[in-house]
Amino acid sequence: MSELTRLSAAEIARRVQAREVSSVEVTRAHLDRIEAVDGGLNAFLHVDREVALAAAEAVDAEIAAGTVRGPLAGVPVAIKDNVATSDMPTTCASHILDGWRPPYDATVVRRLRDGGLVPLGKTNLDEFAMGGSNENSAFGPVRNPWDASRVSGGSSGGSATATAAGETPLAIGSDTGGSIRQPGAFTGIVGVKPTYGTVSRYGLVAFSSSLDQIGSFGRSVLDAALLHEVIGGHDPNDQTSIDAPLPPVVEAAYAGARGDLAGVRVGVVRELSGEGNQPGVLAAFTDAVRVLTDLGADVVEVDCPSFTYAVPAYYLIAPSEASSNLARFDAMRYGLRIGDDGSHSTDEVMSLTREAGFGPEVKRRIMIGTHALSAGAYDALYGKAQKARTLIVRDFAAAFEYCDVLVSPTVPVTAFPLGERVDDPVAMYLADLCTIPTNLAGNAALSVPCGVSADDGLPVGLQIMAPALADDRAYRVAAAYELARDTSSGTPFAETIPEPAVLETTS
Amino acid sequence: MSDITRSDVAHLARLARLAVTDDELDVFSGQIDAILDTLGRVSDIPDDVPPTSHVAPLTNVLRPDEPAPSLSREAALAGAPEAEEGRFRVPRILGESQ
Amino acid sequence: MTSTVDAAPYTVEEVCERFDPVMGLEVHVELNTATKMFCGCRNEFGAEPNTHVCPVCLGLPGSLPRVNARAVEGAVKIGLALNCQVRERSGFARKNYFYPDMPKNFQISQYDDPIVFDGHLDVPLDDGSTWRVEIERAHMEEDTGKSLHMGGATGRIHGASYSLLDYNRAGVPLIEIVTRPILGAGTRAPEIARAYVSALRDVIQGLGVSDVRMDQGSMRCDANVSLMPKGATEFGTRTETKNVNSLRSVERAVRYEMGRHAGVLLSGGTITQETRHFDEQSGTTSAGRPKETFADYRFFPEPDLVPIEPSAAWVEELRAGLPERPWERRARIQTEWGISDEELRDLVNAGALDLVADTVEAGAPAESARSWWVSYLTQQANTAGVELAELAITPADVARVIALVAEGTLTNKLARQVVDGVLAGEGAPDDVVAGRGLAVVSDDSALTAAVDEALAAQPAIAEKIRSGKTKAAGAIVGAVMKATRGQADAARVQSLVLERVAAGS
Ligand SMILES: [Mg+2]
Ligand SMILES: [Zn+2]
Repeated sequence: MSELTRLSAAEIARRVQAREVSSVEVTRAHLDRIEAVDGGLNAFLHVDREVALAAAEAVDAEIAAGTVRGPLAGVPVAIKDNVATSDMPTTCASHILDGWRPPYDATVVRRLRDGGLVPLGKTNLDEFAMGGSNENSAFGPVRNPWDASRVSGGSSGGSATATAAGETPLAIGSDTGGSIRQPGAFTGIVGVKPTYGTVSRYGLVAFSSSLDQIGSFGRSVLDAALLHEVIGGHDPNDQTSIDAPLPPVVEAAYAGARGDLAGVRVGVVRELSGEGNQPGVLAAFTDAVRVLTDLGADVVEVDCPSFTYAVPAYYLIAPSEASSNLARFDAMRYGLRIGDDGSHSTDEVMSLTREAGFGPEVKRRIMIGTHALSAGAYDALYGKAQKARTLIVRDFAAAFEYCDVLVSPTVPVTAFPLGERVDDPVAMYLADLCTIPTNLAGNAALSVPCGVSADDGLPVGLQIMAPALADDRAYRVAAAYELARDTSSGTPFAETIPEPAVLETTS
Repeated sequence: MSDITRSDVAHLARLARLAVTDDELDVFSGQIDAILDTLGRVSDIPDDVPPTSHVAPLTNVLRPDEPAPSLSREAALAGAPEAEEGRFRVPRILGESQ
Repeated sequence: MTSTVDAAPYTVEEVCERFDPVMGLEVHVELNTATKMFCGCRNEFGAEPNTHVCPVCLGLPGSLPRVNARAVEGAVKIGLALNCQVRERSGFARKNYFYPDMPKNFQISQYDDPIVFDGHLDVPLDDGSTWRVEIERAHMEEDTGKSLHMGGATGRIHGASYSLLDYNRAGVPLIEIVTRPILGAGTRAPEIARAYVSALRDVIQGLGVSDVRMDQGSMRCDANVSLMPKGATEFGTRTETKNVNSLRSVERAVRYEMGRHAGVLLSGGTITQETRHFDEQSGTTSAGRPKETFADYRFFPEPDLVPIEPSAAWVEELRAGLPERPWERRARIQTEWGISDEELRDLVNAGALDLVADTVEAGAPAESARSWWVSYLTQQANTAGVELAELAITPADVARVIALVAEGTLTNKLARQVVDGVLAGEGAPDDVVAGRGLAVVSDDSALTAAVDEALAAQPAIAEKIRSGKTKAAGAIVGAVMKATRGQADAARVQSLVLERVAAGS
């Protein structure tokens, strides 16, 4: 691995902007890295060397002329392939979007370009972001850099793996029920789900509109914060976007790195932090909580009894919205068309195309959602799930009366073997227990690595949840924790991520 | 508590425009039934709890009635599986029996 | 009725001997906003196909809707004009069904919290009475695209081998206005249906929020009709007739369906709940696309849009700005101007009512304002082949011309020349008067000189006048008018001639 692909985004930005290295060199190093390792990892669905290098060259020229577009100007970034890009395909890892190139850029993509970041390509995901293992991609699963026989997590598995494996310093993901935090935890990097409404969804192909949120991946808390500030903020193209200043997340990451959490009240959510977790996960989490105490935080236990409704509520609301959001994939205006041989009507062509174009998980969720919204089931299923949402919002509100942030393991388990849970959707769904409540309530949460599990040597994530529009609190705690973690181990955690060249032999 | 049958799933698939196979009906009906069994736990929630559909505290977000550029026709039709006379070409809308 | 096969077997009189009709009318009105309901594409009828489309109205993946403020205002205005209540908090919902003219395969509409509800419209009928139609609700939604059916018989969906879609209309703001069931109308049901749609059209036109052109589809009516046996309280099975695109068709469609229902019921059959299509040519209806066995639209709150809470102050401001009801305004104008029913009808038919009213507003007497618009200006419009309102003259211009005549600056003949000048783009009336030098010569010394000159030129006629034959003065007046190129007041010239002869000139 080239030295350039080990650097943090902050350090790359500093060097490029000081003209110690060019963005073209940095971009080329990452493109080379993708070429070297992605065959085994399958994190990228689309990479365009020339487009990326041309963008880098333009940034270099601007910097040479004295213009720096933003704090991350010149830094490469990978984009999850459910975010619309006008110069690259957008597939959502589904055959139904075969051949589609959006005629527009998502707001976050426009902000990346405006900020001088260099898009490297589009990353793999569970089809339409439905899944937690990346095994639902129509283009094959993403492998975990720590162990190629294991899942990367999902649905933003491509973005997480690409960042962990040094293919990119930064990546964009989307998080509907944990799809940034969970793969972040599985691959040992930082993954952030911002407050709902603070990062525009315009151009994010909708899975579940009331839950979806775009967020950032980085190998450090500061990197994730820097990217968060580039993409965040009010956007009139998204009417659920909040017209308020973005919480000062970069400032909070610097503040946290001063290593003092005195006066910060941390609540350990009892419902998420107990026996349901693997022993190694629980041990790593408990250790992380002890570190927070050492940093001066005031740690208490809190109850959020309604969180037990989160998984069922989520698996009703998300499929319901998805059944409607995905209705537009009908072979009429874009994407795949099957069966248009003159003998079939539009209805038949729609049905044949959707049958051929969607994978089993997507079909399953569309049918569950169609059922949950139907006249006979609405009150008992969708309606009750919305009531559950109210209870979860109330639990958070009560907990945040006492606590500045709440913590839990990000996922109760570590990255599991590929194929292990494919035929057991229910077991798969339960792995989202800890991440889902935040999506239902719309507040902020991030996952920061907290060592590895003693059971299997795989990374464990510490989830830090903050109230809506107080994302900065989670960053402050995460940055303080990150520094203490690396100080005590003597090695930055990011540098302990194994070299994928090794895993190629094991895969 | 759930009792989703094979024919229920066939009905859902038709509503959702999915030409599922017989084999899929077998697999999906079992899985969906099992999933709905676990999801049905929300029925414990009292009816008097108000629903939440939006979490962002927003109202009256409106756009001024001012024109913005549209796509060119070429761009609009670029992704079309088939186009003709500047329009999207689609199969006949009614089935044979209609 | 030309078709014998399809003719409804019973007249409304016959139907109402046995049954009571129940009607429900759903009217969709396209708002005339500059842009669509949820995107900035232009809302314009008749553009080249697929030129007013964008990621939002094409339903492209990742796009999000953005509510048009002016469409919300239009909805509230319509609601207030229909005496509706405005909901304190309303929201959008998705109505899910697959159809290729609907890009997202759901329509953003409103479900159980329409923005306005519980109103009524007192509809004027031909006999001078009114009929109160209760309004259940009016809600906001978006229009669909348009399909062109190819390969079959003349653009019909039946038998077509494929269709071509234009999404320019997709996303155009619609207000759907739904009545409560109209009961007790009896044989007047068809007339009431037409009168309601006509009154609704006039009210909305008065608000200026829609073009309400039934021929262009900016106003569309679906008529629900059912029959129940006389004395029954439970409604019969209804049919919903679509594609009714003129006032006359509304009346005919209701009449036809009443007769058809009675025919089916009296022969022992049952009515199928279905949509039916009205055929303008035959005046009959035919079964439309069968609905899915049970239409389940799976409505749920639109997650991409947030609730609307109109402030009381804003609603009151809109209420205060509501125009008079068109028919009430017409009645008031008729009284104020003292004109007959026929004269009023002529004004309305000529499209002159507003123009005359505005001319009166600008200070002209009603009589002369009316006369200018319905005679000389109507002629000019006909000659030019344009609508009266399209003439290049404003009511204020006309009022000014009338004032100039009244103060004696212009004669009627000169006034027409001034109007011609305004129409020709020569400026405002005063500019034309100055530019063409058209003012009446009212300077007595100049006129006196002209009279003396004419008398001197025709001594024989002067003598006749002197001998008492005052009629002979006409010849002198004519000569003076000629000399002043018509810019003199003939009556004034006449008296000057007599004065000068008497004075011994
Ligand atoms: Mg409607
Ligand atoms: Zn548009």
